[in-house]
Amino acid sequence: MKRQNIYSFLISILSLVFGNFIIGSGFISNSYKTVILQIGIYLIASLSLNFTLGYLGEFTLGHAGFLAVGAYTSALLVKNGMNFLIAITISAITSCLVGYIVGVLSSRLRGDYLAIASLGISEIIRIFIVNIEIFGGPKGLKSIPKYSNFLLIYSLVILSFVVFKLIIKSKHGRTIIAIREDEIAVKSLGISTKKYKILAFCVSAFFAGISGALWAGNQGILTPGEFGFMKSVEILVMVILGGIGSMTGSVISTGLLVAFPVIFQIFIPNMNKYRMVIYALILILVMILRPSGIMGKKEFKLKNPGGNENE
Amino acid sequence: MSNYALECINLNLMFKNHHAVKDFSLQVEKGKTYGLIGPNGAGKTTVLNLLTKVYKQNSGDIFLNGKNTKKMDSTQINRHGIARTFQNIRLFKEMTVFENIVVGLHNNQKYSLFDSIFRTPKYFSEEKKIRERSLKLLSIFGIEDKADCLCKNLSYGTQRKVEILRALATEPLILLLDEPAAGMNSSETMNLFEVINKIKNEFEMMSFIVIEHNMNFIMKICDYIYVLNHGETIAKGKPEEIQNNKEVENAYLGGQYAENK
Ligand SMILES: Nc1ncnc2c1ncn2[C@@H]1O[C@H](COP(=O)(O)OP(=O)(O)OP(=O)(O)O)[C@@H](O)[C@H]1O
Ligand SMILES: [Mg+2]
Repeated sequence: MKRQNIYSFLISILSLVFGNFIIGSGFISNSYKTVILQIGIYLIASLSLNFTLGYLGEFTLGHAGFLAVGAYTSALLVKNGMNFLIAITISAITSCLVGYIVGVLSSRLRGDYLAIASLGISEIIRIFIVNIEIFGGPKGLKSIPKYSNFLLIYSLVILSFVVFKLIIKSKHGRTIIAIREDEIAVKSLGISTKKYKILAFCVSAFFAGISGALWAGNQGILTPGEFGFMKSVEILVMVILGGIGSMTGSVISTGLLVAFPVIFQIFIPNMNKYRMVIYALILILVMILRPSGIMGKKEFKLKNPGGNENE
Repeated sequence: MSNYALECINLNLMFKNHHAVKDFSLQVEKGKTYGLIGPNGAGKTTVLNLLTKVYKQNSGDIFLNGKNTKKMDSTQINRHGIARTFQNIRLFKEMTVFENIVVGLHNNQKYSLFDSIFRTPKYFSEEKKIRERSLKLLSIFGIEDKADCLCKNLSYGTQRKVEILRALATEPLILLLDEPAAGMNSSETMNLFEVINKIKNEFEMMSFIVIEHNMNFIMKICDYIYVLNHGETIAKGKPEEIQNNKEVENAYLGGQYAENK
């Protein structure tokens, strides 16, 4: 292993242990705690969307659909007594199957058409949930065991970050990025772009499903209304603001945006009614000043002392 | 049915009401080099696009090693032995030279998603093998030192070279080059000429189809030349025959050939 990787590994473990200690110790008030957990859940969602939007280069508007599938699958299974780790795994796989469908569509539809089709799929999922008895209909599911704790959420954040990184630095990731750069060229090299588009959407949906499952175990209640178009847009904004194709960008902007209400409260406590206005202004400003997002396509790197960049 | 590496019979393609390729026929023998010349808009690039299924012909047939390619797409065409470069360079610009070549070597890299995620020994051995192979390819043009440069930062000439190597990485039987010398200075063009000859010597069975406006280059490198004008094949023959063909001279060579001489 590279020395850089060992450092990152140690830092991750230390932050997990330290974070868990801080959260458990009662230093932090409950409202901050909620924000911290939500950041983790959104991180997995935005990292997974970034994989298809930033790396594969396919624009979709239905990411909330994957979250919904993950959330409802896991909630139902855990309510019926299943171990939450198994339930999360199953919900990730279920969401992955939906990802397969979107992947097939993406190899047939171009650009805007895919965006509309993916929006359609996420709406179908939502309407399906509303109309099926066991999902609790429009009123939703209540008293879901709260299995999402800090350690679980952030372990999965690190897992998803690492898995995306590993894929990106492999044959599969290179091909996926190449499709973003020039699909005709990729085809001319004897590569089935369809296979890789499906792969990218499956992996993305897999982790979005995990994010949904954690969401369910964090809220304790689920209503289908939460997983509408606005949720997809919320995640989309996180990815675009951070920089399409930069994982560290997604991390930074997700953290900032989820924490925004709290940060706002601390620094300008008397202007709460203007919160959404200022939020929108900030988004517009960032997009004007840095059109390719906070990080562009760049990644934050730990310097590798005296080593070679390429393994 | 035939022992041609590639054979087209009466290809036609219409763009709306513009007849871009008219009754184009072509026979490619193994190990030979063919030139496709003609003025701007003659339909040369369109012919390559038909051969590689970027467009589908309205009528006519293309046989690859005697096999009709009617049901194939671009991907399968490459797997059956045709690789190409593009007139308006289609490199993966945000990726490094090395990564571009490696994508070309994709079908030689045998490891699964499982190997990627778990970084199995197979991943490492395959990646090492592929790194060596791509460096070997880069050494054909002597541009190993550019391996870790982003393609968008390369000069036009170097980009063309990388694109040729990337196509070569797929181990084609037939290599299609669309204006390979465009944007190169004269010493780079000399270098390209030598390299193509080197590739020809190394892979004796490989055939080439080259589109080029540089007449010196095309006359020296080709065994046989097709001349297109307004989608029609107005002449075909050995370089010396084309050079002395009156009709070709009228349509095309007159001014330009004199310039390049
Ligand atoms: N996608 C397209 N849609 C409509 N017309 C096209 C398309 N592609 C090419 N054409 C037209 O077909 C004709 C042949 O174009 P082509 O690119 O094959 O010419 P060419 O011989 O390669 O010329 P050049 O030397 O400029 O590269 C031109 O008139 C061009 O405008
Ligand atoms: Mg052309």
